[in-house]
Amino acid sequence: MVRVDGSGNGSSLVRVRGLDKKYQRGSEEIHVLQGLNLDVDQGDFVAFMGPSGSGKTTLLNLLGGLDLPTRGTITVAGDEITHLSGGKLTTWRARHVGFIFQMYNLIPVLTAFQNVELPLLLTRLSKSERKQHVETALQVVGLGDRMHHYPRQLSGGQEQRVAIARAIVADPTFLLCDEPTGDLDRKSADEIMDLIDRLVAEHGKTVLLVTHDPVAAARAHTLLHLDKGVLVEAHKAGSTAGGRN
Amino acid sequence: MKYRHLIIANLFRKKIRTTLTLGSFAVALFLFGLLAIVRGAFSQGLEVAGSDRLVVVNKVSIIQPLPVAYQQRLERIPGIKEVTHNNWFGGIYQDPKNFFAQFAIDDDTFHSMYPEFVIPGDQWQSYKQDREGAVAGIKLAQRFGWKVGDRIPIKGTIFPGTWEFNLRAIYSGRRPADDTNQFWFHYKYLEERENTYWHGLVGWYVVKVNNPDDAVKIAKTIDTTFANSPWETKTDTEKAFAASFVKQMGNISFLIMSIGAVVFFTLLLVAGNTMAIAVRERIRELAVLKAVGFSGNFVLLLVVFESLVVAALGGGVGLVLAKLLSLRGDPTGGLLPFFYLPPQAVAAGAVLALGVGLAAGIWPAYSAGRLRVVDALRRV
Repeated sequence: MVRVDGSGNGSSLVRVRGLDKKYQRGSEEIHVLQGLNLDVDQGDFVAFMGPSGSGKTTLLNLLGGLDLPTRGTITVAGDEITHLSGGKLTTWRARHVGFIFQMYNLIPVLTAFQNVELPLLLTRLSKSERKQHVETALQVVGLGDRMHHYPRQLSGGQEQRVAIARAIVADPTFLLCDEPTGDLDRKSADEIMDLIDRLVAEHGKTVLLVTHDPVAAARAHTLLHLDKGVLVEAHKAGSTAGGRN
Repeated sequence: MKYRHLIIANLFRKKIRTTLTLGSFAVALFLFGLLAIVRGAFSQGLEVAGSDRLVVVNKVSIIQPLPVAYQQRLERIPGIKEVTHNNWFGGIYQDPKNFFAQFAIDDDTFHSMYPEFVIPGDQWQSYKQDREGAVAGIKLAQRFGWKVGDRIPIKGTIFPGTWEFNLRAIYSGRRPADDTNQFWFHYKYLEERENTYWHGLVGWYVVKVNNPDDAVKIAKTIDTTFANSPWETKTDTEKAFAASFVKQMGNISFLIMSIGAVVFFTLLLVAGNTMAIAVRERIRELAVLKAVGFSGNFVLLLVVFESLVVAALGGGVGLVLAKLLSLRGDPTGGLLPFFYLPPQAVAAGAVLALGVGLAAGIWPAYSAGRLRVVDALRRV
């Protein structure tokens, strides 16, 4: 169940209360997010839409612990992250968050295998355990036969799959996807969304997706609209408002 | 080390740039090695000088002689253990460019005065028994392809005529820095052939003292003993004597240090600029590393380590090349007999290279470590 009115109980996986984010640009103060509330349960698939500059990516960055709010709290799996110091936040991120970016952001000098392995380097897993995890993740995204290819040897869709494998390999609490199909053609975009669907349906992943693409957004259980810093539920065709269908 | 591939992969990201940066370090450290060799060549006499030896020269100038009769008077001064004398010969072997030092020595006292020179016993005896016998250092013998038994003609400049010597012995040094480019022959042979001009005279004396702590006091005693005589003396420790030769060439150390400092400063600018560019190009990647959970300190260390690896590889190549060059021996034909890269200089070069690598990498690394992921990911 996804709620934006602050009525969620303490069992939510992600719990946001009174979230404010302001930026100072010269003498001008920009209020990006205003008193935002959000509750997301384990296994939810939420899409955020809204015009450019509406604060979608800012919200995602705050949920992923990449940025700090001006005011308000974010609690993920019982950990309030808004008061964590830089180092603790980094550790928390490594354990709980899988990021999928629009530009894939793979390291070009590393192979697909090595890119996917990156988050595991922070764990205590042995080399053989890491190998096993990486191979599994790459097989999940359908790239078991491209492990030793460099990003330049892969198509855009394949690069994004590697990025997804990197995001899921450490089994994070939730996935944050920032325009994951924004740089792809329709066919590849659909394939990526199929994969994200599968991660939710078959692997029980919680996914928060920011997108401009209504087709991609339609895959989500819940569609939320962000405008002028305020989050409102949007009704999508064939869905039940306010939660999973 | 599980992060090894991260570092190696980044080194090969821009092969030409990495090669050029490695080359900069290699050239700089090769030059450093060369400067250290040259500096050592000028000052090595200081390093190997015996702390228990004094050199007694004519007060007017080293080229003025002293009476041979001083030997017995020196031996009677309390605190002096033994005395020998040397004479500069200054001859030419085949061609003036074949320069090497030749000394007429006192056989009875010279060998024990310089225990650092090793001569096979039978060869030394053979030398002593031959009036025209001579001893050459091993490097000198190798330079001209001499072997024991060879007849060596040397044309005198101070002492006219052609002097023929029989090479009876070849000496080596106990330490790598010992000078094995010298040529010795009998003082008695010199005196015999120059019995009018050089009769009863020697070039300078070397005395060994019982206790090195008394060296300065004994030097004063020697000079006082011969004060107000026709042959006044000036006595110094062997180290000070060698240093006076170095000073005649000017402040070699300062010159070399200045060149070295300029080279390393330039290297710092080149390497620093390269590292800054390398980090700027990878700003998104570094941000991604931080996003997936690598700490700022990890990113900082990653960049610093890359810089250090480049410095170590490039610097290592430069130092190895300098060492190889030094192993080929003096390329100047005898002007730099101590052509040797000591381990201390190699260690100093390695520390300098790593220091420059650290200095070049630390600021870009610090910036990378403090990078805000959100800002960096926005950059295209």
